[in-house]
Amino acid sequence: MEAWSPSARQHERDAFRRRRTRRSALIATASTVVFFVAAALVVRSTPGWPRVRDSFFDFHRGWQILPGLLRALWINVQIMLISEVLILLFALIIAWLRTLQGPAFFPIRFLATAYVDIFRGLPLLLVLYVIGYGLPGLRLTGAPNSPFVLGIIALVLTYTAYVAEVFRAGIESVHPSQRAAARSLGLTHGQSMRFVVFPQAVRRVLPPLLNDFVSLQKDTSLVSILGVIDIVLTAQNDTAQDFKFVPYVMAGLVFVVLTIPLARFTDWVGRRQGWRGAVGSVV
Amino acid sequence: MSAPLLSVRGLRKAYGKSVVLNDLDLDVAEHTCTVLIGSSGSGKSTLLRCLNLLEVVDDGVIELDGVDITDPRVEVNRIRAKVGIVFQAFNLFPHLSVLDNVALAPRRVHGVARRQAEDDARAMLDRVGLAAKAGARPDELSGGQQQRVAIARALVNRPRLMLFDEVTSALDPELVAEVLTLIGELKNEGMTMVVATHEMGFARKIAEQVCFLDGGRVLESGTAEQVFGAPRAERTRQFLGRIEEAGRL
Repeated sequence: MEAWSPSARQHERDAFRRRRTRRSALIATASTVVFFVAAALVVRSTPGWPRVRDSFFDFHRGWQILPGLLRALWINVQIMLISEVLILLFALIIAWLRTLQGPAFFPIRFLATAYVDIFRGLPLLLVLYVIGYGLPGLRLTGAPNSPFVLGIIALVLTYTAYVAEVFRAGIESVHPSQRAAARSLGLTHGQSMRFVVFPQAVRRVLPPLLNDFVSLQKDTSLVSILGVIDIVLTAQNDTAQDFKFVPYVMAGLVFVVLTIPLARFTDWVGRRQGWRGAVGSVV
Repeated sequence: MSAPLLSVRGLRKAYGKSVVLNDLDLDVAEHTCTVLIGSSGSGKSTLLRCLNLLEVVDDGVIELDGVDITDPRVEVNRIRAKVGIVFQAFNLFPHLSVLDNVALAPRRVHGVARRQAEDDARAMLDRVGLAAKAGARPDELSGGQQQRVAIARALVNRPRLMLFDEVTSALDPELVAEVLTLIGELKNEGMTMVVATHEMGFARKIAEQVCFLDGGRVLESGTAEQVFGAPRAERTRQFLGRIEEAGRL
């Protein structure tokens, strides 16, 4: 193998690129610092700042209530994990029902479509109220009346509609020739879906799917309106003691810290698939 | 001559108002090769897709081994397993390894145990000269190798009839030969096949019967010498003339 050493021209190019990178980094750092200093000065010069600082940023108090918040967080995590499994399962079934062909399946396709249309349009808060107060109101024997379970039902109903659409987009993005190839080998419609179309579809929609789960993670906080003693309701109770809002700030920080690993994981999965939407690249 | 393995009578297929196959007749004897030629849109691909029941025909009869496979009461998945098809675009399953591509149908359609199916698949990959690539993903292979895997995937079902739909049209000229050689070997082993192709030299070498499709029917058919050497219909002469101009005859 012949030895290669960069030509003078290449040296000059590399040097130019290094200079340009250094200058860009310097400008970006300087402008960021200027912005935050200015923002801090503006906020601190407002007349209400001392009171706001006392109420929202009393981190001594915040540190005291943190253990209680973290214990309550376990409820949110449980809700999230249980909902996620159920959502994945039901969404895949709904997406599959919508791919069934032939007039015999029209009622099933119609119902699946109607369900998705309705629950994608309904605000989660309303679904929580209707399920949380309406379902027990029926006094149906055997119907759940624990706010924990009712909250999960509402989350699953709403998110399944979204995730089913994500799956359907993935299924439709698999080229029809893949299905033709599977059928030509003698696989049934169901088998071609299960062994050929779904595996490819799921891989393609993994980044948007994980994005929906980041969103679900935050929305678990909404079940607090049904009286589930989760992190948000705990923060609310803490606030009621001395009317300081620092518990909300702490809860917010906990959620941010909780979602960052999932967001980085989403980026990583996307990058591994050559999808650079979230990180950007040379072009 | 015994009854043909494949017999098509009065086949019709339309997409909306455009009639692609119109009263088409075709006979294919066992252990012979029939080559379909004709311009794009003449119905070659549609005919092959109908023979594999990937399309529902609008009228006519397709008999395979004396059984009318266009009857809605036949079990389509069993019939499809008896008829192998190889596509222009390979259509390998990108999420499966080469070995799993080949072993999928035996395992799921024929219920062969995993070990046995993988042994059979390995043997078939060996047959097409790709035993070393069993663990690779389809996108790690060249076009010619992918197409040979697609052929192995169809052959492992032990089909009575093989259909080839312009299988070399998407390949670099250098890779065409390896695929055509393989098809030639299958022919010599006695496989019955219907081949849609623009490779006229190959057609001349391999075909017992050449059919020129035009306007959704077989306009002219005969031996390669007849159709290429002394075409009867004006339309066939035109088509072959153009192919000759393009330097492909």
